[in-house]
Amino acid sequence: MGGGKSRAVTAPTRPTVTLPHFLKKMGEGWGGGWDRRATFWLIYLPPLFWLTAFLVLPVLVMAVFSFRPDMRGELFQAWAPTINQYASIAAVGSYWRLLGISALTALGIGISAVVLAYPLAYFLAFHAGTRIGFYLVLLLIPFWTSYLLRIMAWKILLGTEGVLNSFLIYSGWIQEPLTALLYNRSAVFLTLLYVWIPFAALPILAALQRIDPALFEAAADLGARPSHQFLRVTLPLSAPGVLAAFFMVFIPTVGEYVTPLLVGGSRGFLYGNIIQDFFTKAANWPLGSALSMIMLAATLILVVLATRLIDWRQLFE
Amino acid sequence: MNIRRSSVVLGTYYFGLILLLYLPIALLFLFSVNSDASLSFPIRQLTFEWYQRLFSADAVLRSARNSLVVALGSSLAATILGTMVAILMLRYKFRGQNLLVALAVLPLIVPYVVLGVALLLLFSLLQIDRSLWTIGVAHTVVALPYTLLIIGSRFAGFDANLEEAAMDLGADYPTTLRRVVLPLIFPAMVSAWLTAFTVSFDEFALALFLSGTQPTFPVYLFSQLRFANQLPIMIALAVLLMIGTLTLVFIAERFRRREA
Repeated sequence: MGGGKSRAVTAPTRPTVTLPHFLKKMGEGWGGGWDRRATFWLIYLPPLFWLTAFLVLPVLVMAVFSFRPDMRGELFQAWAPTINQYASIAAVGSYWRLLGISALTALGIGISAVVLAYPLAYFLAFHAGTRIGFYLVLLLIPFWTSYLLRIMAWKILLGTEGVLNSFLIYSGWIQEPLTALLYNRSAVFLTLLYVWIPFAALPILAALQRIDPALFEAAADLGARPSHQFLRVTLPLSAPGVLAAFFMVFIPTVGEYVTPLLVGGSRGFLYGNIIQDFFTKAANWPLGSALSMIMLAATLILVVLATRLIDWRQLFE
Repeated sequence: MNIRRSSVVLGTYYFGLILLLYLPIALLFLFSVNSDASLSFPIRQLTFEWYQRLFSADAVLRSARNSLVVALGSSLAATILGTMVAILMLRYKFRGQNLLVALAVLPLIVPYVVLGVALLLLFSLLQIDRSLWTIGVAHTVVALPYTLLIIGSRFAGFDANLEEAAMDLGADYPTTLRRVVLPLIFPAMVSAWLTAFTVSFDEFALALFLSGTQPTFPVYLFSQLRFANQLPIMIALAVLLMIGTLTLVFIAERFRRREA
């Protein structure tokens, strides 16, 4: 974990207030009274244990397991480490293609979600007035309904015998039901986009609300037309929110496997689905572990990239 | 484009999207009162039969109870751990501080499929049978970033001099935490707890790998999606659950407001 990353990730909750004198004095190193030291250990050990046992350790186990040759024998006997899993992944082009497709899909969804969410955030920030709280809640309520059932409702709408098809046949527009609506990558794309747009609006909204209204007046006073004002003042100033929204969508989407499982069918699988497959049906855990490690590495690299590009601190203050 | 016209255009866009968002939910409502078990239009007759049958559908209710137990336990644990890390982050300075905080927010970016299979491997190694406990542990890990961020931002909002005053008046640090800090961050803790609860309650990607013989509601729902005759009952339950979570969300919002 690079210093740069940890700094940026923790930034949102860093207070701007400097530590009070007494805390500075006592908080340095292991200083402070016995009560403060005792408290430290009392609140330090549980999270340390939890994160080590259930976040660091599992990833380490997975890393070790990815060097196992096969599934034969006891699950955890000693084995001669081998890079066969990685070698076989490297040799099979379809894994890389799928990783590429997943990244491209996430890229497309991220960009589309930001573009479609921007007007939403703009409306909430500048046109919703005092009802912004209500409009915001209205936008987010659907996400407290079972995700699986919402997706299933879309399947009812778009399926071969679904609402849309039966309506189109009834009205005589088509004779045969459209089958292209479900079980392919476009269905996955649309479903995920639908899920993400309201979330993508949140960081953009936060960025728009941070803009000093005086800047708009200044732009108008200096003769900027509204379109100019938007392109030269609003858009650049909301750029951090736009980037944050993009990564908030992009990063979870790269590893997504549930939506492809539900609406993608075999033609809509993403990289996450092969990992899931190797741990369930195919039962090839070493290969699945190696694939997971690659996905984890790819994600972490992307996050480091993201923290270089965005000043998260500024967005959350 | 003048202000009024752009306002109308943007407003139309907003409400169009709202319509799209609520369309599947409206459909679910409709199907929960549809007399036909098969899910297709047109709807012939309205009925509350599914809601009645729900109360004798043991497996469905059990899965909902499992989700409730896991969500209650994991959200409580995540809130306590989040409070601890927040205090460590903002009131202490120690070596490895950044690393601990980075680890606590890391689950935000680790793909769920990766964390799920990694925990599956760990539990297999330790020969721990998959159960509600294993799901709860995973949910605690992924809810921790949320509780930490919510409670941590509350810390930034109040004056640390209050703690100094308490200690000047002779309170030791645990007493200061208990009598000054905890009451101040309590609304944030409630808000964090409710957020963690909703994170866990509908979670599927991790639970699919980590559930044993007792499925949570999403896992059970997934296993039953193929069987049409069970579906209306589960949709009825989902509608009830949505009403329940909505209530929770509004309570959380109330607490967040009070805190502000």
